[in-house]
Amino acid sequence: MSVRSTVRALPTLFRVGFAEMVAYRAEMLVWVLATTMPLIMLALWSAVARDAPVGRFGQEDFVAYFLATFIVRQLTGAWVAWQLSFEVRTGTLAMRLLRPLHPMVSYAVENLSAIPLRLIVAFPVAVLALVLTGAQRLPRDPLLWGVLLLALLGGWLITFLANAVIGTLALWTGSSIKVMDVWLALFMVFSGYLVPVELFPPLIRGAVEVLPFRYQIGFPVEVLTGALHRGAALRLLLGQWIWIGLFVLGLRIMWRRGLQRFAAYGG
Amino acid sequence: MSQTMVSVQSLRKHYTVHKRPPGLRAALGSLFRRIPSVVKAVDGISFEIARGERVGFLGPNGAGKTTTLKVLAGLLHPSSGEVRVDGHVPQRREDAFLKKITLVMGQKQQLLWDLPPSETFALNRAIYEVPEPQFRDTLAELTELLELGDLVNKPTRTLSLGERMKCELAAALIHRPQVLFLDEPTIGLDVSMQVVIRDFIKAYNERTGATLILTSHYMDDVAALCPRVVVIDKGVLSYDGALDELVRRIRPEKRLVLRLDGPVDRTALEAVGRVVSTDAAGVTLQVPQDSVNAAVSRALATLPVHDLTVENAPLEEVMSELFAQSRAARGEVEDAA
Repeated sequence: MSVRSTVRALPTLFRVGFAEMVAYRAEMLVWVLATTMPLIMLALWSAVARDAPVGRFGQEDFVAYFLATFIVRQLTGAWVAWQLSFEVRTGTLAMRLLRPLHPMVSYAVENLSAIPLRLIVAFPVAVLALVLTGAQRLPRDPLLWGVLLLALLGGWLITFLANAVIGTLALWTGSSIKVMDVWLALFMVFSGYLVPVELFPPLIRGAVEVLPFRYQIGFPVEVLTGALHRGAALRLLLGQWIWIGLFVLGLRIMWRRGLQRFAAYGG
Repeated sequence: MSQTMVSVQSLRKHYTVHKRPPGLRAALGSLFRRIPSVVKAVDGISFEIARGERVGFLGPNGAGKTTTLKVLAGLLHPSSGEVRVDGHVPQRREDAFLKKITLVMGQKQQLLWDLPPSETFALNRAIYEVPEPQFRDTLAELTELLELGDLVNKPTRTLSLGERMKCELAAALIHRPQVLFLDEPTIGLDVSMQVVIRDFIKAYNERTGATLILTSHYMDDVAALCPRVVVIDKGVLSYDGALDELVRRIRPEKRLVLRLDGPVDRTALEAVGRVVSTDAAGVTLQVPQDSVNAAVSRALATLPVHDLTVENAPLEEVMSELFAQSRAARGEVEDAA
């Protein structure tokens, strides 16, 4: 399907995708509850910082950081690795391949369709963050607001693309859920989801700088909480989009080769 | 415009699978050494199908029918050979190709499970870029032919299997495909629903001139829909031609089905033809094709006949005979090798 045709089809795709998400609202709520880890971290780190700040983080800084983390997580979630792995295993990927729409576009739309419902959860948390920590942490530089939008889009893209690459592995291995589990474990540690990247020891921080995980959560959160100045934000934005480029390239190669192995099991 | 819609030349699809005997020892052993084995799902078949033709793919389980269908639909890449569908190479999955075909699998569904079928129709309208007036006309036509009524507005999960299959067919035909690949479309359906689906498929073919390729284990589907059959067994083509001709070739004898007014001695029946079965409903006799007239005359003269019909042998019997002959022929070749 050409880009123009795809764009024309998008409103219907999103409308149907949203209707599906509404049908799965209970499942969605469970997912949201499963992503409350930043709120637990908020309580934990605030207690640690009660007597003295940790690095530059005082109690209010931790509150701002982890509320922002919760919001960013709601806006950058994707689950295509599980979908793909399941559909390769059962052969139901065939139904997507029969349509003149790239399966990755349909997965992307389905994943993005969840965001409006998640915003319903994220919005009150955003208001709470403003009440608790004030607006002074938000970026004042208009350029940084632009960077924030791109960083959020980039965060979602890296999450989606990493999921897609790992899901595509199922075309070779039959199932790639365990690989996704490993990715998630690394994501929890290195993304800034549980601990702000700034608090890592220098050696580990050096590794985090070159890994993709920080670009999923930590980077957008740092922009949102005013922790980055222009230069650092632009440098990290470049790093984030280089990773996106690498994932797109990797996915294209793997998808093309993997489809040759697709066995369309069942039926 | 070429009259050939589907062209398959020397198609092969081989898979490598890893065998492992049962047991813990074998499981541990497979960690270090796996035993590969090549499965020849399709092994060098060739055929052509003309535009508008209705062709049945027949064969036992694991014969390679569905694999062939999936190659034709572009889901599987052939190991070797050449396949064209209306000039397209299926595995390239070009948009123009995907818009011309549809594949309905009785055991898989494209309908969105928790939404009404009307949402899948709307989704397909957008994806296949069907103009709104054409969409309305097609949907009205499909609703009438398939008697969909209000089904399209109920969540898919609440529909019965038969209702779901009717909606699956409608979803698959919204874009008016020119080639229909139907893989066991009536599987699991009751007899009356099978007839509804069969009649619809035939009507669709006659109205639109679409080419139809069907696999089914229900011989009634094949007999009702497909004047031509392609028989595949163990990945090899064992027959390609008219269904009537296949029946004549494998079982040249005819069946006389008699309803009698009273009990008759078996020897009197055997004087007319070979007794295939006798029960309360009647008697079935088998006679050579060139002796049918004489056998009918003898039956009418010597038996208390209430009703008499002349039939071919059931298709199921013809097929199992054909498969048995193929297996025997393969056995001879392997023995000779």
